[in-house]
Amino acid sequence: MNYLVGAFKPPCNIFISFTDGRSRKQVPLKKENGKTVMVALFQSQENIVGEVVIEPIHGKKVEHNGVKIELLGQIELYFDRGNFYDFTSLVRELDVPGELYERKTYPFEFSTVEMPYESYNGVNVRLRYILKVTISRNYVSNIVEYEDFVVRNYTPPPSINNSIKMEVGIEDCLHIEFEYSKSKYHLKDVIIGKIYFLLVRIKLKNMELEIRRRESTGSGPNTYVETETLAKFELMDGAPVRGESIPIRLFLSPYELTPTYRNINNKFSVKYYLNLVLVDEEDRRYFKQQEITMYRNLEAS
Amino acid sequence: MLNGTEDEEKWLAEGIAGIQHNAFYMHRALDSNNLREALKYSAQMLSELRTSKLSPRKYYELYMRAFDELKRLELFFKDDSKHGVSVVDLYELVQHAGNILPRLYLLCTVGSIYIKSKEAPAKEVLKDLVEMCRGVQHPIRGLFLRSYLAQISRDKLPDIGSEYEGDADTVMDAVDFVLQNFTEMNKLWVRMQHQGPGRVREKREKERSELQDLVGKNLHVLSQIEGVDLEMYKETVLPRVLEQVVNCKDDLAQYYLMDCIIQVFPDEYHLQTLETLLGACPQLQPTVDVKTVLSRLMDRLSNYATSSADVLPEFLQVEAFSKLSNAIGKVIEAQVDMPAVGAITLYVSLLTFTLRVHPDRLDHVDQVLGACVKKLSNIPKLEDSRAMKQVVALLSAPLEKYNDIVTALTLSNYPRVMDHLDIGTNKLMAMVIIQSIMKNNSCISTADKVEVLFELIKGLIKDTDGADVDELDEEDFKEEQNSVARLIHMLYNDEPEEMLKIICIVRKHTMVGGPKRLPFTVSSLVFSALRLLRQLQGQEGDIVGEEASMTPNKIFQLLTQIIESLSAVPSPELALRLYLQCAEAANGCDIEHVAYEFFTQAFVLYEEEIADSKAQVTAIHLIIGTLQRMNVFGVENRDTLTHKATGYSARLLKKADQCRAVYACSHLFWVDDQDGIKDGERVLLCLKRALRIANAAQQMANVARGSGGPVSLFVEILNKYIYFFEKGNKQITSSAIQGLIEFINTEMQSDSTNPDSVADAFLASTLRYIQFQKQKGGVVGEKFESIKL
Repeated sequence: MNYLVGAFKPPCNIFISFTDGRSRKQVPLKKENGKTVMVALFQSQENIVGEVVIEPIHGKKVEHNGVKIELLGQIELYFDRGNFYDFTSLVRELDVPGELYERKTYPFEFSTVEMPYESYNGVNVRLRYILKVTISRNYVSNIVEYEDFVVRNYTPPPSINNSIKMEVGIEDCLHIEFEYSKSKYHLKDVIIGKIYFLLVRIKLKNMELEIRRRESTGSGPNTYVETETLAKFELMDGAPVRGESIPIRLFLSPYELTPTYRNINNKFSVKYYLNLVLVDEEDRRYFKQQEITMYRNLEAS
Repeated sequence: MLNGTEDEEKWLAEGIAGIQHNAFYMHRALDSNNLREALKYSAQMLSELRTSKLSPRKYYELYMRAFDELKRLELFFKDDSKHGVSVVDLYELVQHAGNILPRLYLLCTVGSIYIKSKEAPAKEVLKDLVEMCRGVQHPIRGLFLRSYLAQISRDKLPDIGSEYEGDADTVMDAVDFVLQNFTEMNKLWVRMQHQGPGRVREKREKERSELQDLVGKNLHVLSQIEGVDLEMYKETVLPRVLEQVVNCKDDLAQYYLMDCIIQVFPDEYHLQTLETLLGACPQLQPTVDVKTVLSRLMDRLSNYATSSADVLPEFLQVEAFSKLSNAIGKVIEAQVDMPAVGAITLYVSLLTFTLRVHPDRLDHVDQVLGACVKKLSNIPKLEDSRAMKQVVALLSAPLEKYNDIVTALTLSNYPRVMDHLDIGTNKLMAMVIIQSIMKNNSCISTADKVEVLFELIKGLIKDTDGADVDELDEEDFKEEQNSVARLIHMLYNDEPEEMLKIICIVRKHTMVGGPKRLPFTVSSLVFSALRLLRQLQGQEGDIVGEEASMTPNKIFQLLTQIIESLSAVPSPELALRLYLQCAEAANGCDIEHVAYEFFTQAFVLYEEEIADSKAQVTAIHLIIGTLQRMNVFGVENRDTLTHKATGYSARLLKKADQCRAVYACSHLFWVDDQDGIKDGERVLLCLKRALRIANAAQQMANVARGSGGPVSLFVEILNKYIYFFEKGNKQITSSAIQGLIEFINTEMQSDSTNPDSVADAFLASTLRYIQFQKQKGGVVGEKFESIKL
């Protein structure tokens, strides 16, 4: 029995660690099995330096055709399960074919790695970065070990950040003018704004501001669009009269937002919208949706 | 709709249960210092306040529950050792709540701690809070939320001297904050009116008035801010409050808020900003009860004025009266539909104001009355009884204040106001005036005033056109006329000249009074004139020569005319009495022909007008009595008159009356004066004649009823005998008296005579008198000695 068990167990343990692992920031990452683990956080152009330790199990020898470490950036579309698109793939050979008898440490380094896309866990799509160590073997399957890490890229505050201002309405029924102070927000930003009621002929009950995320995957006829409402924030209670102005102040920090992703590797996009919803006494909803751009700002995150 | 209240109770109970439930978990979180949970459950608890099902009263109950819980939460928030979050972060944290109402309650709660922590200037936090509260537009929920804001911020305003005072213009921030909250609350409050179906208007108004204090509290807070001095009140507070009041165009709010302004701010502020405050009044909705508002203002100001004499100059300085007066004029002009009663109430208030503030300014009073006349003259006929009452109040006010009708008489508009009263009220008012005069014993002493006075009370003096005579209550009428009669006595001047004028004026007025009134007024007038006469006599010498018009003759002429007017009534008895009275006065003045003339008039009346036998008896006795006292007549005139009087006496209808009149006539020939006539013979004649008549009466009685007539007549005659005997009339002898006594005794004992206890007693006391005189001794005793009993 012991032998049998041993036969299916990998004959060695592989540990992947980063040189600055202790000091590096860790962020939570949700794995496929639903568990959340803490993983290292990187950004583009960083050097990814570390070491791989291979430790054969009690003195077993491991024959191999070479050891390599790959840095992979993958996009996984759930409706197309099993298909990964590697948009980044870097390889370092760690060892030439041979045998391993004892614990061996291989340092590795990927210098100034281009990681243009951020890690993303969406409804229909996942973008992830992994380090993959492969011990190639003859006749038996390769021994593989993965290490996830997260990439986040920071963008400087946009130089142009116009406010969103718009007058909308239904003729002779409802005219409002709303204004959001900016069109681009960082993830911990506050949405400040105002809604002016220019004409109110319907009996409103309340008004909310929703933050919606629109994830579209695929292209052409195979485009899948998924919209989630991440926040419902009541702005107004009761019916305003003409001339009233209602303030908006919505803190974004409580919500799990990502930056806006546009056409990531031609595979998917994630966009954010502010949806202003007015509800009347008969529960009819009047709304106006505006896209906002989210970005990740270094200081605030 | 029937079980509406029942449902409401149920909803309220549910709400309270919800609050208690969540409060329980909140307390647990507080005890374990769990901020996240505390926020969660407090937000859920506050969500109960999102209900729309409750009336304001019930909602208030719910609100108070939540309010108590929030106080506990505040204590927790305040202690950052418990939750480890800085107040700034906390301020953000509570804003993550998704529902606006709980979010804002929490924000206000943290906001108050934020201010206390002084990590941010109070004004910034307050400004933020009041601005954020705009999110609640539901009237009831908004009102309560803002009321909560007002409540927690009350002690944290950056007022002068407050620990939250900022660098510059800090009071302004406090004021701005309160004003803004006030404005928003008022808007919400007004909006309630226009929401929901129109048919429940009354119910809604009731609900709204239950909420009014929430709005008014802001004004109270404003008045409590130390830094609001007169300057700021004038420049900022009042104009902004008024702007809101005027612009909200809601009658309920306007009325309440105007009243509120008047009540919460100090009097001296009102005085200094009178123009602004009053300027708002005409801009209010026509349905607003401006008169009550203004009345209250004036009441307050007049109380203020009476509180201390030091403040009076202020009133003068700001010309309070003319401003108020103008304002009232404008309000009345602006509110065309205002009923007369409203306008008049306003004038009453203004009048009260000026009476209390400027008691010396009669012109003001007159001005008010004038304005009132102007208003009244636009109204064809004042029929509203309430309005009438107000007019009476208007007219009574000066009387009460000055306690002196004389003052009121100088008001030219006073009678003009009275003209607008209906007949009944006019009389009532006239009575009030007269009573005022009586009460204060004021003497009206110039002809001009008398003229005005009679103009005022003309409702009593003469029939008004259209008056329904049948409706007059006899008692009331008498009462009224007696009052007028009394009034005439109050008109008096030491100067005969002026007095005469007064009498002439009174005469002029009373003469038109018609037959029903004359009997009441003429006698007063006559006696008034007679008093003048005596007065004239008193100062004789200096006056008579000076003024030719002021001779007694002249007055007597006047008197004659006055009394003659009674012939129209006709009231001969009264006229006769008055003639006799005048005759006596003429006697006093030593004017024979006038006295004779009066007697002639009296006799003529007796002959021509007095037909009733009883009246004749009274009249003849009066004539005899008066004539007896006359000493002005020469022998001839006297003879004529006495002859006439005796003649009339003998021609009376009843024998007993004849007898009595005749023995009374005996006095005409014996005046117990120094140089009075003493014609003993004719006295005896009279008495004998009386005896004859008495005998005749006795016989007639016998014949008619088979019993003896009244013995008392004889006893009476006996008394006359004794009188003249005592006075020394030689013609009356003791034997005659003795004979008479015997005669009477016989009469009394005769069978035919009915026992008459009165006559018995009379006789007995007469005899006792004789006995008594006898015992006196001296001259009298001797004289009586000769009478044997």
